[in-house]
Amino acid sequence: MAETAVTTTTPGRAGLFRRPRFRAGTPVAALVLGVAVGAALLVPMIAPLDQSAVALGRAALPPSLPHPGGTDDLGRDVLHRSIYGLRVSLLVGVVAALAATVIGGVVGSLAGLLGGWVDRVLMRVVDTISALPHLLLGIFIVAMLRPGLGAVILSIGLTHWLSTARIVRSELLSLRTRPFIDAAIAGGAGRTRVLTRHLLPHVLPKIALATTLMIPHAVWHETSLSFLGLGLPPHLASLGNMINDGQRSLLTGAWWASIVPGAVIVVVTLAIAALAARGRDHLDPRVRAELNL
Amino acid sequence: MIRVVRRRLAVAVPVLFATSIGMFLLGAASPIDPAMQYAGAAAFSMSEENLQQIRDNWGVDDPLPVQYLRWLGNLVQGDLGWSTSRHQAVTEVIADRAGWTLLLIGITLAVVLTGSLLAGTLAAHRRGGLFDRGVRAAAYAVESMPVFWLALGAIAVFALALGWFPAGGLTGVRATSTSFPDVAHHLVLPVTVLAISQAPWFVLFVRDAVAESLREDHVLAARARGLAGRTVLFGHALRTALLPFLTLVGTHLPELVGGSVLVETVFSLPGLGAVSVQAALGGDFPLLAAITLVTTAVVLTANLLTDLAYTAADPRVRIDG
Repeated sequence: MAETAVTTTTPGRAGLFRRPRFRAGTPVAALVLGVAVGAALLVPMIAPLDQSAVALGRAALPPSLPHPGGTDDLGRDVLHRSIYGLRVSLLVGVVAALAATVIGGVVGSLAGLLGGWVDRVLMRVVDTISALPHLLLGIFIVAMLRPGLGAVILSIGLTHWLSTARIVRSELLSLRTRPFIDAAIAGGAGRTRVLTRHLLPHVLPKIALATTLMIPHAVWHETSLSFLGLGLPPHLASLGNMINDGQRSLLTGAWWASIVPGAVIVVVTLAIAALAARGRDHLDPRVRAELNL
Repeated sequence: MIRVVRRRLAVAVPVLFATSIGMFLLGAASPIDPAMQYAGAAAFSMSEENLQQIRDNWGVDDPLPVQYLRWLGNLVQGDLGWSTSRHQAVTEVIADRAGWTLLLIGITLAVVLTGSLLAGTLAAHRRGGLFDRGVRAAAYAVESMPVFWLALGAIAVFALALGWFPAGGLTGVRATSTSFPDVAHHLVLPVTVLAISQAPWFVLFVRDAVAESLREDHVLAARARGLAGRTVLFGHALRTALLPFLTLVGTHLPELVGGSVLVETVFSLPGLGAVSVQAALGGDFPLLAAITLVTTAVVLTANLLTDLAYTAADPRVRIDG
């Protein structure tokens, strides 16, 4: 009796068992991401962009029907260039996220499979490296290799593998103690077979999810570097370069030149995060879905 | 406690070493010729002998291990080298600039902590309520906004359109010296932008932690004793959640440093951020390496201190290594 009275009157209690109502609509997120990726893939075929073309006659026009994103101080269509920028950013993001996944996957597997002192040492190293300011480290890597596409990808890959390593390791550690692994070993399965047939299928979805969640991070890192002038070559339409260019126009009131490309990043990041959260729900229903950026 | 420190150092020092080796190798593999860097534009008119003279003086052509040990030896002795992009000793550059970066990060941290403890606790108080949902939606939205974009938006609205705050710099154009009100006025926008961009992680963490501790028995007992809701929420639930939160603040410092680099660049503040970017553009290895290593050491020390504070404050906690 007293028990029930407490549970119904304590706000903290009542709220806990209610599922969070805020749900980023999965269909909306899928649609937004679909449109963005579709545009990034198709627009270059339909309306190719001349990266070096300028039209000073129509410089700094506010958003209008022919130029939905306005034009920048050199008369270039902001939306058109943003789509191209998204294309480059996604390309860098995907490749760099894969690179980070490979590094993190190898370190995590070594730690999780070998266990013991290898695990302890590797994880301590991971912990300590995560105490490094990774933007500064990324800047350092890019600066020493000279800014460019490869340097940016390497800079992301070398600074973003830590979370994947942790995920793979903890997954492997928990899998190792499950009865079905013991059963497989008792059934005479060798190391390779246990690894490829029993462990890998369980780890792969988690890795895929981690890689997906890594893409927005990678895009952010690339954009930050480009914004600082340390990323992709300045003439190339990339979201970070555009926001950087837009800084000039901002002072003359042409806010759209930097706000529009930034909005593209925000929308795509939100869409990927919402989808990944749903994917995590699907993979592990016990963990409450949170957008984890 | 001494054992904790020793164990931590046993990991941190080798990792710092490894980082310094990695950085040094990257610097050595870099296609940038330090002699040309040093000479700047004069390199084009300088004879090859003179350039070679500089290289000999610096020992650039020595074997890599020799160069590394020399660099490391100098670092340990407090000689961080000569900045080729600023034509100044690295120690001087850092001494001139670090204060402003620390000021920006320090104020921001204070603002973020106060704001997120308040907002997170209130959100946890009525989970699923209007305020909670509002805070969470805002946190997710802000979390997907690049800080430099947020900064440009803030400049567009509050500096250019409304004219409330200056768009950049640390002092007015006509100012000949730094005065407190002037600097404070200039810091409002950068601090706010950096604080807002860092807030989501903190707010969501506090919210979850407080919601969790609201379930605990001693909080329930406090409520059963008839204590006021506010006392239970802030005096018991928040207090329980506070300690683990404070240690996690240390792990979030690297993010804050990265954010401050970007914010400093947008608002043209004379901190270490802008200098790092300038050094990166100029391929200035000594300055960039020193800034990265010094920042890392500071962050590691801060982490260690928060952990020690935690063990001191909560006798139940023992940190293994």
